[in-house]
Amino acid sequence: MTARIGVVTFPGSLDDHDACRAIRLAGGTAVPLWHGEADLQGVDGVVLPGGFSYGDYLRCGAIARFAPVMSELVPAARAGLPVLGICNGFQVLCEAHLLPGALTRNAGLRFVNRDIRIRVEASGTRWTSQYTAGQELTVVLKSGEGAYLADEATLDQLEAGGQVLARYASGNPNGSARDIAGVVNEAGNVAGLMPHPEHAVDPLTGPSADGLGFFSSVLAAVVAA
Amino acid sequence: MSAGTGLEDGAVQHAAQPGAAQDTVAGAAATPERDQPYAALGLTAPEYRRISGLLGRRPTDAELAIYSVMWSEHCSYKSSRRHLRQFAEKAPPTDVLLAGIGHNAGVVDIGQGYAVTFKIESHNHPSYVEPFQGAATGVGGIVRDILAMGARPVAVMDALRFGPADAADTRRVLPGVVGGISFYGNCLGLPNIGGELAFDPCYAGNPLVNALCMGVLRHDDLKLAAATGPGNQVVLFGSRTGPDGIGGASVLASASFGGGGEGAKRPSVQVGDPFMEKLLVECCLELYAAGLVVGIQDLGAAGVACATTELAAGGRSGMRVALDSVPLRDPSLGPAEILMSESQERMMAVVTPDDVQRFLGICAKWEVPATVIGEVTATGRLEMTWHDQLVVDIPPGTAADEGPVYDRPAARPGGQDALAADGPARLARPAGGSALRSALLQLLAAPEAADAAWVTEQYDRYVRGDTVLATPHDAGVVRIDEETGLGVALATDGNGRYCLLDPYAGTQLALAEAYRNVAVTGARPLAVTNCLNFGSPEDPVVMWQFTEAVRGLADGCLALGIPVTGGNVSFYNQTGAEAIQPTPVVGVLGVHDDVRRALGSGLRHSGATLMLLGTTSDELGGSLWARVCHGHLGGRPPAVDLAAEQALAGVLADAAGQGLLAAAHDVSDGGLGVALAEACMAGQAGATVTLAGDAFTELFSESAARALVEVAAGREAEFAGLCARAGVPAAVIGSAGGEELTVTGAFSVSVAELRRVHRGTLPALFGPARSGEQA
Repeated sequence: MTARIGVVTFPGSLDDHDACRAIRLAGGTAVPLWHGEADLQGVDGVVLPGGFSYGDYLRCGAIARFAPVMSELVPAARAGLPVLGICNGFQVLCEAHLLPGALTRNAGLRFVNRDIRIRVEASGTRWTSQYTAGQELTVVLKSGEGAYLADEATLDQLEAGGQVLARYASGNPNGSARDIAGVVNEAGNVAGLMPHPEHAVDPLTGPSADGLGFFSSVLAAVVAA
Repeated sequence: MSAGTGLEDGAVQHAAQPGAAQDTVAGAAATPERDQPYAALGLTAPEYRRISGLLGRRPTDAELAIYSVMWSEHCSYKSSRRHLRQFAEKAPPTDVLLAGIGHNAGVVDIGQGYAVTFKIESHNHPSYVEPFQGAATGVGGIVRDILAMGARPVAVMDALRFGPADAADTRRVLPGVVGGISFYGNCLGLPNIGGELAFDPCYAGNPLVNALCMGVLRHDDLKLAAATGPGNQVVLFGSRTGPDGIGGASVLASASFGGGGEGAKRPSVQVGDPFMEKLLVECCLELYAAGLVVGIQDLGAAGVACATTELAAGGRSGMRVALDSVPLRDPSLGPAEILMSESQERMMAVVTPDDVQRFLGICAKWEVPATVIGEVTATGRLEMTWHDQLVVDIPPGTAADEGPVYDRPAARPGGQDALAADGPARLARPAGGSALRSALLQLLAAPEAADAAWVTEQYDRYVRGDTVLATPHDAGVVRIDEETGLGVALATDGNGRYCLLDPYAGTQLALAEAYRNVAVTGARPLAVTNCLNFGSPEDPVVMWQFTEAVRGLADGCLALGIPVTGGNVSFYNQTGAEAIQPTPVVGVLGVHDDVRRALGSGLRHSGATLMLLGTTSDELGGSLWARVCHGHLGGRPPAVDLAAEQALAGVLADAAGQGLLAAAHDVSDGGLGVALAEACMAGQAGATVTLAGDAFTELFSESAARALVEVAAGREAEFAGLCARAGVPAAVIGSAGGEELTVTGAFSVSVAELRRVHRGTLPALFGPARSGEQA
């Protein structure tokens, strides 16, 4: 039996299709979840995909956090369900206070789509166990509001607690504090990542297949659980 | 976020008051003498008289609004129509077209039950007036054209042309245009897979913003814009109607900018909401899948006026519409304004009465407002009411299909021969390795040849996960079927310099380059779209350029055996008496049986053999070198040889299919020198080449029908044999490898220096170096 990973579609989600494909390529079963239904269909993990939920009006992720599906997702995440927010999904997780900090406008004030390198810092999480700490990956960055910010105390706490998931390793493309590309909660099950691992799962259509490990990690975690 | 119900939810503003007395059909018959502002709406006195003749009375204000927009140059093609017929008359025999010219977009059979629809359209005038929204809504409009054919939009491209890169106004227009495309296309989730970026003083004040969209459908999913079945309901869905863009088609797109300034035209530009468009796309696709759509039309230029007349005319039926049921953002709008509004993100569908509730239910799921505004009738008349009073009663075909057709005078300009005589022979040519090296670096740093990453990094090229090739490769390649690898390649090209020197040959060169750009990826070219950007058709010189360009394109497509599937004409790209260079932009679509065999332009393997295919002659008229190094434009453009293009394309497709090549790159602007440098930069590898003839000519001539290829190791003899059998000249010029581009006996330049020079230009002009930039 393969693990079933849900992918939430909000109005304005764009990379839901790609996240489903990444889960399938990693060997899992992708389960589409609809924002308007407060039902996780018993999935073993959830991906909140990239896009512009609700047009990013008001503030990125600010409206999506109130979607009916979130009323189920938030308590499940607090109870240990693996959840990965990519790009807009990361913004939703911050808005929902499942992750600390916030994502703000890129330092260059322009949308940036570029192949970049990131370094995995925390390899002990549900989403990174297939990587080794310090491993560099080539993935895709594509965001306009990708600058990760938090107050100094929070940043220190993240560093000390091993909650920095990954850092930008080929220059800081958006002004993120301490080059942070992704963070994870204390329990290691809720992760947010600004770059897109789901666009790096096949060298034919992406810069590498380096991103597949995030999805195979969660499948391994589910089987082990 | 208000959750729309799909039905009227009470929050929608309606024009509750009949307001000022409306000009009714009965009133128009009773007051034949009343003055009407037809001239201000862009109609001539003879056109106005013809409308009155068709109706047997003067038009009502609302009818006048319909005719003014439908008979505008933008919607009626009144100056171009008699020339565009050549695309059908000279169409090559083909069985790939499922829908051709005259539909929202052409539909091409690509095999395995799949079809692709694609079209390019201009949004030039709005993008000058308000660059951000003008360009954004250009993307939105072309995407809805594709959606209306029943297809899922899967990719976009943009062909952009601006005034001098260092002009102050270009710094206003270019970042705005790019920002608008980025904002709208990214939010819509469509990968931007390529396009063009060019600069010339002729585009100052008249930037060209041509947006292309491609969509995919199964053969059975094709939808047409036809209102059939009396009693069927007409549903308007998407955004509410506001006062934006009223008269955009007639006022903006169909008249030159005068000296009076753009301020007076500002209210004519629409404002885009890509989030609503994304919902509209998903909503439409679900409606199609559920089989709930009898006919559908997008609302673009001329809004409700265009959609109702075209649906009714397309269905050879009648239609009755209650204009006061159109949901409004501004309750003060009257019938004429509602008809002309170009509010974005709207569609109109014809639905059987039994399906209306399910239709509205799916709209509600996607939070897309939807309203029944009328029904199909058998009267053959388009009738519209405003609070139960008849304000429109016309035969729809007279507005949609029977607009005026003009045979505008065309005259070859007196200076054309002098321009052709002023060739590049008198220009000083670089002699010696160091001068050749400098010239190459100068070309690579020129804004029109420099790395466009400042632009393209603002676009999402990965979304949907099917992008196999995008900028900076010669064509965008998109996978259509994950199982079989079926995919398509798309490229657009245009060259105003060549077209000024010879619009017939220049247009064929644009066609040939787009064709070649698709072919170098290994695809088989299949079909053509075009966006014809010209000055005022009322100027006989412009009209001559236009007729030559259309003739060139039609003849070229016939010779290459690929049909024109549709396109767009943009006239009045001029300020005062100054017209732009004639700039037909040609898009070519090709098919890949398996995108895993697609070729990129970057060198890949150290030691691999590099070959130049085709024949190089001394052809520098209109070249990048003449322009950048001498500011010169004169002489003859390169010779066109479409048989050679066809042979080259055949070799490339066969070789890619058999795995004989590792990379291929088109040789065009800037010649082999620029092509080699680009292949090195794209592959992050060096190359060493030895040129047989005069080094300058070999490096910078722009002879057509050529390509640079990297041959797969061990397949050299097979490839040479393939070229020989096809009659394609093929010469080994060197090999890939190392960290420098070396032209034996002339110069060496490191790939790092090439990149530095190539990348530096646009950030220096348009913004700080990208944060995180690595040297």
